[in-house]
Amino acid sequence: MSLLQISEPGESPEPHQRRLAVGIDLGTTHSLVATVRSSSAECLPDAEGRVLLPSIVHYGAGGEAEVGYGAQARAADDPANTVVSVKRFMGRGVADVAKYGALPYRFVDAPGMVAIETAAGLRSPVQVSADILKALRVRAEESLGGELHGAVVTVPAYFDDSQRQATKDAARLAGLNVLRLLNEPTAAAIAYGLDNASEGTFAIFDLGGGTFDISILRLTRGVFEVLATNGDSALGGDDFDQAIAMHWRVTHGLADASGRDTRRLLAAARQVKERLTTQESADAQVTLTWGQQLHLGLTRREFVEISAPLVQRTLGPTRKALRDAKLAVSQVDGVVLVGGATRMPHLQRAVAQFFGREPLVNLDPEQVVALGAAIQANALAGNRAPGDDWLLLDVIPLSLGLETMGGLVEKVIPRNSTIPVARAQEFTTFKDGQTAMAIHVVQGERELVSDCRSLARFELRGIPPMVAGAARIAVTFQVDADGLLSVSAREKTTGVASSVVVKPSYGLTDDEVATMLRAGFEHAQADRDARALAEQRVEAEGLAAALRAALEQDGDLLSGEERAALEAGIASLDAARRGTDHRGLKAAVESLNRASESFAARRMDRSVSRALAGRRLDEVPTK
Amino acid sequence: MTPEFSRNHFELLGLPVSYALDAAALERAYRDLQGRVHPDRFASASEAERRVAMQWAARANEAYRTLRNPVDRARYLLGLKGFDTGEESNTAMPPDFLLQQMEWREAVAQGRADRDEAALEGLRREIHAERGEMQSLLARALGGERNYDAGCSLVRKLRFLDKIEAEIDDALEAMAEGAHGHAMVKGRS
Ligand SMILES: Nc1ncnc2c1ncn2[C@@H]1O[C@H](COP(=O)(O)OP(=O)(O)OP(=O)(O)O)[C@@H](O)[C@H]1O
Ligand SMILES: [Mg+2]
Repeated sequence: MSLLQISEPGESPEPHQRRLAVGIDLGTTHSLVATVRSSSAECLPDAEGRVLLPSIVHYGAGGEAEVGYGAQARAADDPANTVVSVKRFMGRGVADVAKYGALPYRFVDAPGMVAIETAAGLRSPVQVSADILKALRVRAEESLGGELHGAVVTVPAYFDDSQRQATKDAARLAGLNVLRLLNEPTAAAIAYGLDNASEGTFAIFDLGGGTFDISILRLTRGVFEVLATNGDSALGGDDFDQAIAMHWRVTHGLADASGRDTRRLLAAARQVKERLTTQESADAQVTLTWGQQLHLGLTRREFVEISAPLVQRTLGPTRKALRDAKLAVSQVDGVVLVGGATRMPHLQRAVAQFFGREPLVNLDPEQVVALGAAIQANALAGNRAPGDDWLLLDVIPLSLGLETMGGLVEKVIPRNSTIPVARAQEFTTFKDGQTAMAIHVVQGERELVSDCRSLARFELRGIPPMVAGAARIAVTFQVDADGLLSVSAREKTTGVASSVVVKPSYGLTDDEVATMLRAGFEHAQADRDARALAEQRVEAEGLAAALRAALEQDGDLLSGEERAALEAGIASLDAARRGTDHRGLKAAVESLNRASESFAARRMDRSVSRALAGRRLDEVPTK
Repeated sequence: MTPEFSRNHFELLGLPVSYALDAAALERAYRDLQGRVHPDRFASASEAERRVAMQWAARANEAYRTLRNPVDRARYLLGLKGFDTGEESNTAMPPDFLLQQMEWREAVAQGRADRDEAALEGLRREIHAERGEMQSLLARALGGERNYDAGCSLVRKLRFLDKIEAEIDDALEAMAEGAHGHAMVKGRS
């Protein structure tokens, strides 16, 4: 925590004070955690030396959650309580998950997002993901020997606002300080680009277990600029498994297989699919619940044929991404394959054919996302080495808009806008004397509200009665660097205002997360208080030190009174820091943060002005 | 709180307020500015600083987006000079342009109906050429000539070209999608 960088922004002020930061790839099938150690990124293995953690959680009747290989072993005999591929349910409703075909869970339709009834009770996908993230946090903390300063968590580039918000909630629930949500293909590009010192235009084609992303990036002089992204957040290796299982169901007459049989068929399908990457044909034995022994086989030719439609589904988004980037196929300098499912030979062939060039595969397609996230986390934590200066410019994948008359969508921020982005749109009342306005925020490319995803609804009240068309209501959309949206509305003639952080309807408030967090810790109350106090002290110390340095450097930006007020704030923070009341200390930190906002703004303004002046001076001799 | 942004887009990027613009200088200035204000530079800073960084970075993106695109830049510059291009309100166009408009519209409809990719691609090239011409007229109007009324009218025309080009793209995309539609339906078992 620092309010001011005495050195250049982003560089670590004191090299010996490295902060522990990790990158986490929260995958549909596997998750990984990586960190930067002695200037290179590496994935952290478990006690058995394995870096991949199966993204599977088994819930027992005693309320316990087992994550990873142990849980994987339970999937076949206890499928209803073993949650596999939970990422596909993040921010999704019952109608959405119905599209995934036969699944062995007891889904419950909770508002905004499905939940799963398990032996340990009702679990939302956010909680299941948090259990996976917690396992990785523990692994990292044990391996690095300390508490984490923060984490970069990756999400598919094509994730919408609900899915991103759900992922961030899961990370907070797992006790992680989220430094950034990072798009998976972008993370891969960082790892790839920095590793190869590449320049040019690259297509990152990422087909994982459950999601497909295509991103077009331009790499120039240390800037990673995403030009366009597209994808399908419900397409991945899982669907190839489903296609094989469906094929067997039809050929073996297994239409009404039970949940357990479904899971066994899918597991066999996946094995066969992966073996077909190196073999011409593969087979598997499955014992069904009623004892029947099945001998299942598949040739590569059959597989290519039954999965052709899935391969085709990756090409539409690829075409669209190129179009949005305003590029022809021939202008792409390299194609990078990411994700385990890109190992399938017929998929590689389709990609090579589309781009007219062989894709690059010199990085482990399963680790590259976590490695890129670790590099980003290291930079965001302020551990950058001097000169290690690169910048990431990413985009939002889907347009954001508002419902207008007749159920139509008015786009406010178009897809592929570089983030952070803020945009305002003006609306007016359509009835005389109208005093309230309903605001419905949606995301998607279609023209009808009913075809887009609904993100939030809120109401601007207290508009003074005017004739129709006289009120001027500015609705402002703000998308932050995580790709998360907040919306505010203001009537301009009167200043009546209302705002929401857009949260899907399941949305957890900060208090709810705090409650769930506390419930999750087995510690006694006294332990928890001690931990909270220690955390707040570190926070307060950092804030006070940074603010003092800022005052010293830029104190002339403040009036005598303003300066005195900030100094008083620091003094009371110091006093609170010596006490033992962590809540009081937290309040003091928050209040000083608020009080220093305008100072922060003025300092940024000065920093920019100086840079501009510096550049004009630089340019004089050359002109 | 919102910071006071007194600088216009050109000033923010340290560029002269003029329509003629060195694309490389614009990009350099934008990257310099983002390198300084981007939230990634403040990820471990206080909440106050993170918020300020987000606002500045959004502002830098808006400035870059606007200045990079010739039509957006013209509209913005005209606004600074006190001229409203009136694209929503002022639909008056010279008769010859209106005629041309109708012809293009019909050609798009025809191409769509015939699923004639070549015709649509040809039309797109034609419009592209037209755009190039209008943009050089625009550069003259906003440059030496300082004919801002002519500038407004050209922006309105270019806006129309944008729309028709988007229609062509949509038609082409629909065709490309349609070609795979069958495969997709078959895949949904
Ligand atoms: N040798 C192989 N041949 C074919 N498919 C493979 C092979 N190895 C792994 N896969 C498939 O890759 C998928 C997992 O890839 P990966 O670990 O990259 O996904 P993930 O990161 O968990 O998912 P996502 O990125 O979609 O959230 C699975 O469907 C798996 O069956
Ligand atoms: Mg992945």
